[in-house]
Amino acid sequence: MMNTSKKMTALKAAFPHTIPVLTGFSFLGIAYGLLMESKGYGVGWTFLMSTLAFAGSAQYVAITFLTSAFNPVYALLMTLLVNARHLFYGVSLLDKYQKTGRLKPYLIFGLCDETFSITCSTDAPDEVERKWFYFFITLLDHVYWVVGSVLGSILGSVVSFNTTGLEFVLTALFVVIFVGQWKSQKNHKPAMIGLVGSTICLMVFGKDHFIIPAMITILVALTLHRKDPVHNKKAA
Amino acid sequence: MVLSPIHTVIIILMVTIGTMFTRFLPFILFRKAGSNKGYIDYLGTVLPYSAIGLLVVYCLKDVDLTGPTRGIPEGIAILIIAGLHYWKENPLVSIGVGTAVYMLLIQTVFA
Repeated sequence: MMNTSKKMTALKAAFPHTIPVLTGFSFLGIAYGLLMESKGYGVGWTFLMSTLAFAGSAQYVAITFLTSAFNPVYALLMTLLVNARHLFYGVSLLDKYQKTGRLKPYLIFGLCDETFSITCSTDAPDEVERKWFYFFITLLDHVYWVVGSVLGSILGSVVSFNTTGLEFVLTALFVVIFVGQWKSQKNHKPAMIGLVGSTICLMVFGKDHFIIPAMITILVALTLHRKDPVHNKKAA
Repeated sequence: MVLSPIHTVIIILMVTIGTMFTRFLPFILFRKAGSNKGYIDYLGTVLPYSAIGLLVVYCLKDVDLTGPTRGIPEGIAILIIAGLHYWKENPLVSIGVGTAVYMLLIQTVFA
């Protein structure tokens, strides 16, 4: 009994922090489910992908793997690239996620962008056990994403409307992240290296073969620029 | 559905494995907090910015500048998204309006 009330306290403390994510995941999740449905992947596939991978942008990119020739190695490489930023999240949360015991694997499993943005900036209130507080933030966000995408999938199978161009939501998502990052940084070199390096590789190698050369170009260019660290405006 | 169910499951597993690799790696590599992370730490700081640049290009790889629409709907939509986001910084508004404009353009004007 004692244990249950402790968890309820943590859940109640966690919920308000996740409301913005509830809004965002409803929108992006529904759009994802709709898009999967429009490509012929029904609610079961959407549920499986959203539950296991729980990675919005990687799942959007994965639609392109599901609608072209089967290439698992390419899918793995692109996912690593799309989610490379998660390496940074982990490094930032090493201390906070210490001593979270058997909840730790799930906390790391569910460390999507939105969950990271909450847990890295929020501390558990004094009366709440830290590990359960982080657990419920992670779990709620996970549930929002799965439910949102499943709803979108069901909506897409019931209501029929012209979804031509809906896949542009992925481009929109990355342009938004790009602009957001651009505004928050003084050093635009890493962003420009990514944009210009990839464009050059696209022109040189063509659209079917440019990803790996672009990754190599970016890694080499970043390594050569190591002396210019990114300056965070807020920290400065 | 383009792929067979087995191939679909494999792709889903690849996306899951790739995602989990990036989420778990730091916790496995740096068990002791505060250890010297050096080059990896540096890459973790800069790579997110380059990766998004690459992803923007990746999303636009199929746009044919010599095709019938000459990439005009994509160009218009991106300008709207970037402008809106630079101004308001509300991701849902920027993504929603930009995608709606794009869908409208290619379903009507550029159909």
